[in-house]
Amino acid sequence: MSRSGPDTARVAATPDADHVLPPAEAMLWAQDLVKTHRGAETATHAVRHVDLRVDRGEFVAIMGPSGAGKSTLLHLLGGLDRPDSGRIWLDGQRVDGLSEARWSLLRRRTVGIVFQFFNLVTNMTAADNVELPALLAGMSPRQARARREELFAELDLEDRARSTPAALSGGEQQRVALARALVNEPGLLLADEPTGNLDSRNTRDVLRLLARYHASGQTILLVTHDARVASGADRVISLFDGEIADDTALHAPADGPTTVADVLRLKG
Amino acid sequence: MRLPLLALLAKEPAHGYELKQALEQTFGAAYPQPNIGQIYVTLGRLEKNGLIKGQDIDQSNRPNKRVYEITDAGREELAAWFAEPTEGPRVRDEFFMKLVLAPGAGGSDRLALINTQRRHYLNVMRGLSRLAAQDRDNRVAQLLIEGAMLHLQADLDWLERCQEELD
Ligand SMILES: Nc1ncnc2c1ncn2[C@@H]1O[C@H](COP(=O)(O)OP(=O)(O)OP(=O)(O)O)[C@@H](O)[C@H]1O
Ligand SMILES: [Mg+2]
Repeated sequence: MSRSGPDTARVAATPDADHVLPPAEAMLWAQDLVKTHRGAETATHAVRHVDLRVDRGEFVAIMGPSGAGKSTLLHLLGGLDRPDSGRIWLDGQRVDGLSEARWSLLRRRTVGIVFQFFNLVTNMTAADNVELPALLAGMSPRQARARREELFAELDLEDRARSTPAALSGGEQQRVALARALVNEPGLLLADEPTGNLDSRNTRDVLRLLARYHASGQTILLVTHDARVASGADRVISLFDGEIADDTALHAPADGPTTVADVLRLKG
Repeated sequence: MRLPLLALLAKEPAHGYELKQALEQTFGAAYPQPNIGQIYVTLGRLEKNGLIKGQDIDQSNRPNKRVYEITDAGREELAAWFAEPTEGPRVRDEFFMKLVLAPGAGGSDRLALINTQRRHYLNVMRGLSRLAAQDRDNRVAQLLIEGAMLHLQADLDWLERCQEELD
């Protein structure tokens, strides 16, 4: 089921891999990514030769145990960390060699990121945390405000607009971070455990929002431990020990169970 | 199904078809619904054991219908059911057997077994999400589905542990 398989073969067979072009449908294309975290005495091979392709409009989930390298991989793809080797294309553009300044620009328009630990600006209100990146990307204050209000309404955050992050619960901060990532309608949404701190109801709200964006064509790559979140994706990748252990397309929803009997064995 | 029927009859007497409807209304589409035949068979057994008592009611131009009510023995049985703790779903021991025994037995390798199983769970989860979206207004059904989802999540977490430990 791995889509990267054939591409890898083609690249390997090409004498000059640097002249390979990404497939037109690929929003994100990564080839042979490697990242080792080096400490004073230890070296952690966090990402080991990962090939990954996410097509435009696709929703892909990454699962895997703690320490598997999921966040490291996402950080490489969002330009927050540099790979030791490998190549990355984003929306057709080769990006692995870009400067920090160019990456900042990309993150303003092309990639929206939700971090595992939110990274909100602590001395700004929730509303400003979301509106500022919109203003930086060139939106008018009125537009930015309208966009932000729309997102807050969808994420049940209307009462929290004037609060600073410290006054918000973990789940609320998480949702503000999601609104911030989506405010500029990025081509690619990268999200690291976007429901990690949410209770069941808030998880459901975030899932609905993601489903709605996905339905309108948003490309999404998200890391999650929550199988309910992953089951909303078109494809699920299992990362294990820095490598892709499985990559599977999920069935059309209509093929699923019609009752809970299979799961709970309620019969009898 | 014996005891759920008994519980419904403890509320008020009813005939077979009413019981079927009550089950459907209470649990929603997610619950594996018994067919009417199973219900009649179960009612027959409950009556034979003295837990319920049936009485035929004449209907002018249709066949008689049999209305059941719970007996004292039935109430005792029901009280005992409510009083005792309930066994959880069984460990998925068949998959575990496969996983442990596959190497050297000509089966697929462990990673392939784990991947197959994980794909299955994820697809079941997807089906449950769809069920939940269909039956949004039935809170009982929603809770039932949520319970099933949490069990699945535990199965997936355990699969991950198997992968870590047996690698
Ligand atoms: N900055 C760093 N310096 C050194 N080691 C790191 C660094 N970041 C991550 N690691 C190590 O790299 C490995 C992968 O970490 P990573 O954060 O990518 O895992 P993860 O899959 O996101 O885990 P979790 O599910 O717990 O978030 C871990 O062993 C981790 O300890
Ligand atoms: Mg992480």
